[in-house]
Amino acid sequence: MSELVLLANIDKENSHTREVYEQTGGYQSLRSVLAGQSPEDVINLVKASGLRGRGGAGFPTGLKWSFLPADHPGPIYFCLNADESEPGTFNNRILMEEDPHQVIEGLILSCFATQASTAYFYMRYEYPLAWQRVQSAVDECYQAGYLGKDILGSGYSLDIFLHRGAAAYICGEETGLIESLEGKRAWPRIKPPFPAVEGVFRKPTVVNNVETVACVRHIAERGSDWFRSSGTPPDPNNARDPGSFGPKLYCLSGHIEKPGCYEAPLGITVQHLIDEFGGGMLGGRKAKVAIPGGISMGLLSADEFDCRLDFSGPGRYGCLGLGTAAVVVMDETVSMIDFLHNSCQFFAHESCGQCTPCREGTAWAKRMMDRIQAGRGRWHDLDLLLEIGDSIGIMPGTTICGLADGAAWPIKNAIRKFRAEFEQSIKESNPDGYMETEPVPAMELMNLQH
Amino acid sequence: MATAERILTDEMIAEIKQYFPRYPNRQAVTLPALHIVNQRLRHVPLAAVVEIAELLELAPAEVQDTLSFYGFFKQDRPHGQTRAWVCRSISCHLRGADQMLDYLCDKAGVKPGETTADDTLTVEYAECLGACEFAPCMLAGDDLHPCITPQRLDEFLTKIRLAAGSRSEDTEINSTKSA
Repeated sequence: MSELVLLANIDKENSHTREVYEQTGGYQSLRSVLAGQSPEDVINLVKASGLRGRGGAGFPTGLKWSFLPADHPGPIYFCLNADESEPGTFNNRILMEEDPHQVIEGLILSCFATQASTAYFYMRYEYPLAWQRVQSAVDECYQAGYLGKDILGSGYSLDIFLHRGAAAYICGEETGLIESLEGKRAWPRIKPPFPAVEGVFRKPTVVNNVETVACVRHIAERGSDWFRSSGTPPDPNNARDPGSFGPKLYCLSGHIEKPGCYEAPLGITVQHLIDEFGGGMLGGRKAKVAIPGGISMGLLSADEFDCRLDFSGPGRYGCLGLGTAAVVVMDETVSMIDFLHNSCQFFAHESCGQCTPCREGTAWAKRMMDRIQAGRGRWHDLDLLLEIGDSIGIMPGTTICGLADGAAWPIKNAIRKFRAEFEQSIKESNPDGYMETEPVPAMELMNLQH
Repeated sequence: MATAERILTDEMIAEIKQYFPRYPNRQAVTLPALHIVNQRLRHVPLAAVVEIAELLELAPAEVQDTLSFYGFFKQDRPHGQTRAWVCRSISCHLRGADQMLDYLCDKAGVKPGETTADDTLTVEYAECLGACEFAPCMLAGDDLHPCITPQRLDEFLTKIRLAAGSRSEDTEINSTKSA
């Protein structure tokens, strides 16, 4: 097993305190950067490292920062996206609860690089312990002179304010987060303008994930070559693949002996994660499918577990991408209808309602899955579900944000990879009506409502 | 017409105002203000929305619009003294979350979203609580309950009922009810 970096401290007693963090070299990177480097130096370092955002999209972090307008009079804002809510994902929670100073040091360095004067730490409501620990850590930083005016005599000033969400998945979308922070409903914005040009309060803004800034802290300490020494190099056959470098936190849950958050270089396979980290399948049962990176990313069948968990891997198996690298494994007792019902229920609940194809499409899909689960499914429904799946999202060009793509992928992967199972289950549960193609009367749908 | 009793206490107003310097405009204080009121009153009645809007120099509809977007803030009546969310997303679902939610609702005598008659508990389902290594899990107030089982839910219910029995009357809640 390779050396732990992001999780190096979490098993120490009081790992969340500044005292323990500083015992292992904490805030030394900040001191040396502020003493001798320019913001451009840090941006160039992060660019050279090849760091890609850990929140789901995998956009190169240094490049994102360089989109900020040069010589802007300010203020420039930084939003730390701690609205982690993709089903299966909890790596940010672990970082914030067990090693918040690592996150804050990375955040201060990232703010210095981008010359942000205020950082909003947008945290989902459901993380009360993380909230308390991060707030204490921020307080400790003000006391130590790592935050506030003229940090460590460098002339650079920064405030970090925690901002608490209110249980809405869409706030993890960067422009949804910005709208929410502004006190409005979290309706994502059409891009461009990108946040780097016009973000929160109409000022240039960077939105980065918690794990991303934690990586920045280690890149500042160990350099870009170190970061590039682990992970997957660029695919020589794909000019658009910049590679997947550095350590990654994988969340493993579902039918697993030892569910948990594990650190490994980008590019390990699903099977490796299950066997070497997760202790194998729960009760020694056989695996059937896995979600590769949060439910939005779709599904891998068990014969696809050689899929590498890097930014390019899951896409080669028809999945949407690596997402949050949250792997949820299901054993052979799981019915695909039950899985897809759960997935459709989630997205119907969390669609923000702004774009009609998503608002209506996720709701239709959920109602169809309700009906299929109630034993009134038809084979024709599978085509209707695929029609929804293929027509909602950024990719077909019908929605503003990617929530709908995330809703569509589990539908598309589940039905296309397991169509025979769907057809058989539907036929067995609805032997008299499974061949019907006429529209289902609305009143019949109403009766399915709980 | 008698002057309507104000919902926001001086303490709440002071706490909300502490957030003003953090943001370049007051609208950004909407969520913090809603949380401050909700924490005290366990709901945010429309009258409180009007008062928040006044403080933030917004139209009440702007605050109401934001409030109504987040299913989090109850408006009609307070949630129970403890608010429990049972996660129903995929990792917890695979580990029996539906049965746990049913069990808790059954024992508490409520449906999801409802509050017990003695006001001690509101049971709700949640989408992913981000504690999937502890599936099935529940968040009750500020406490995460990992790997819940019927037995652990029984213990939880006993604990909150005991706590409710020994709790003195919450004057803020009562004043809202009579308002």
